[in-house]
Amino acid sequence: MNDPWLMLIVSCTVFVIGLIGVIFRKNLLVVLMSIELMLNAVNLSFVAFSKIHHVLDGQINALFVMTVAAAESAVGLGLVIAMFRTLKTADSDQIQMLRD
Amino acid sequence: MDWIFVAFIVFSTIAILGSLMVVLQKTPVSSAFSLVLVFFSFSGLYALLGAHFIAALQILVYTGAIMVLFVFVIMLLGQDQPTSDLKDSSLLFKGITLLGAIGLLNVLLQAALSSKDIVGKGVYTEEKINEMGGNLKSISEVLFKDYVFHFELVSFLILGAIVATVALAKRKNSLSGGVS
Repeated sequence: MNDPWLMLIVSCTVFVIGLIGVIFRKNLLVVLMSIELMLNAVNLSFVAFSKIHHVLDGQINALFVMTVAAAESAVGLGLVIAMFRTLKTADSDQIQMLRD
Repeated sequence: MDWIFVAFIVFSTIAILGSLMVVLQKTPVSSAFSLVLVFFSFSGLYALLGAHFIAALQILVYTGAIMVLFVFVIMLLGQDQPTSDLKDSSLLFKGITLLGAIGLLNVLLQAALSSKDIVGKGVYTEEKINEMGGNLKSISEVLFKDYVFHFELVSFLILGAIVATVALAKRKNSLSGGVS
């Protein structure tokens, strides 16, 4: 790949699509999937920049981001299960126990 | 037009269309399978960039572990009926958010285009990596020399995540007093 900066365009587009998903969707599972999309986009830009700058630190950071994403999705899905057990829904609009 | 550029076009088109499908699909199951598509095409993009180890890990960790977890939770919760939560929000909210998102995309693309003329100053050029014996050898050289402390810290992160998940997912009546 002679032009690694082309990857940055893909990365930006996927990041913004993931952000729109986090803001628009109310189903918590889809929100978590959109967060995974955003983390993947950041990973891609890390790897592209490490190719542009001829260093390997970007790939190492992508490795760490991957670990954090795995831990985050495990804890997030645990939270969704705990919420589903009390509220019987996975809709983020239904979390309004502090209101009443 | 060489085949690498063709592969880049194919993988990036699949990635962008798949991520649009993740956001726009009605059922969480179809979102999850579109996400698998996105992860595979991202793995192809990593391979095109020469990051073969990251490409392999992308398939192993994301497609193998995280997506199985997602699909398992979807199955567990019975979230297979279509939801219409995209239509619920008001038009004004949607318009403002889309405008903000397009503005952010513009800023990010400007930053991406300005990095076109960067000349790399690092030592790990393609020839150096080939001379060292490939991507995996050079990456482990850096990982276990400069980043070994961070690598050990990651194990604490995973331990914390395991404890948190077990504490969250445990049923309350099975606990004999303790974490609620």
